Amino acid sequence: MSTGAVLYAGAIGLFLIGCYAMVAERHLIRNILGLVLVESGVNLLLVAVGFRENAAAPILKAGQSAGMMVDPLPQALVLTAIVIGFGVLALALALVVRVHQAYGTLDTREVARLMRVEREASGPGAAGPRAGAKS
Amino acid sequence: MKGYGHTAATLLFLTGLGILLIAILQALPFGLAPMQVGQAIVAAAPGDTGADNIVTAILLGYRGLDTLGEVTILFVAAAAAGMVLGGASRGGAQAENAGFILHSAAYLLFPFLLVLGAYIVLHGHLTPGGGFQGGAILAAAFFVPVLASPASPFNHRTAMLVEGFAGAAFIMIGLVSLVGSDAFLTPFFGKGEAGALFSAGSLPLLYLAIGLKVGSELAGLMARVSGAEAGA
Repeated sequence: MSTGAVLYAGAIGLFLIGCYAMVAERHLIRNILGLVLVESGVNLLLVAVGFRENAAAPILKAGQSAGMMVDPLPQALVLTAIVIGFGVLALALALVVRVHQAYGTLDTREVARLMRVEREASGPGAAGPRAGAKS
Repeated sequence: MKGYGHTAATLLFLTGLGILLIAILQALPFGLAPMQVGQAIVAAAPGDTGADNIVTAILLGYRGLDTLGEVTILFVAAAAAGMVLGGASRGGAQAENAGFILHSAAYLLFPFLLVLGAYIVLHGHLTPGGGFQGGAILAAAFFVPVLASPASPFNHRTAMLVEGFAGAAFIMIGLVSLVGSDAFLTPFFGKGEAGALFSAGSLPLLYLAIGLKVGSELAGLMARVSGAEAGA
C-alpha cells in the first residue's frame, strides 16, 4: 500500500470507528470518545490532502526561499479545528460530570429511563426539570 | 432480538458511509495538493508578514480575525463548562494526595515546563509551535501540581485576570493597526530580519497574548473539572 492509501484508510477508519462509538455505544464517555475519534479522522484527512510529494514542511529555514512546500492552509485550519475540538470536549465532559451527579449513572438508556420516571412523577403542569438537582 | 437489529443497522450504515468516502477519495489523488491558494500563500507569505512559519503567517497574518473568533469559541466553551460545573462540588471529599514520586516530579517539572512553553510561544513565528501549543504546555505546568496534590488551591482569580488581560491585549493590538488606516489586525512594526526573534512585526505579540490566554484558560478549565470530579 502506498503512503496515501494508508493515510486515507486511517482517516476513514478513525471516522467510522468514531461514528460507531457515537451511535451504538450506550456509555456517555464512549460516545464522547467517538466524537474525538471522528475529529481526529477529519483532521488527519485534511492534513493528508495538503501533502505534496518530496515537499518540505511549511517553515522557511535561514537562506532558503519558498520552494516546494506542503500546503500550509489545511494545517492552519486543522490547528483551529483541534482547539475548537478541545473546547467541545471540555464542555461535553462538564455536562457528563453533571449528568453523573444528577443520576448516578452514565448509561444513556438508564439516564433516559430515570428522566422519564422523573417527568411522570412530577406530572403535567408541575415544575419542569428539577433545577440544580442534588449535588 | 431488537439489540442485534440495531447493531446490524448501524454496521450497514457505516459500511455504506465507508464505501462512499472511499469513492470520494478516489477522486482526490494523494501527494498532489490540488488546492492552488496554498502555493500562492507560500510564495507571498514571507514578503507579506516576514514570518518564517507559514502556518503562523496564515493564522495571525491572513486570518487574524478568524483566530480571534477561535479564541472566543474557546473562551465561550470554558465559560460554559465553568457555568455547568459551577461551584457544585465545593466542600466535597478531596482526592488523596498523589504519591511521593508524582508529587516531587510535578514540582521538579514545573520550571522546565514553564521555560519550554514560553519558548514555544515566543518562537511561534520561527519554528513549529505557537501560542496554542505553547499555551497548552503552560497550562500543563500549572495543572500537573494540582493533579499531584488536589488539596493545593488553584488560583482561579489570577487565571481569570491573566485570561482577560491577554484577550484584551489581542484586541488592542488589532485596534492599533486601525490607527495607520490599515485593516483590523494588520501586522505592524515592519517585517524585521527573517529568522530573528524580533521579526514578523506584531505577530509574536499576538501569539504571546494567545499563549497566555490559552494557558490560563486550559489550566482553569482542567482544575475546575478535576475539582468537580473530586467532589462528585
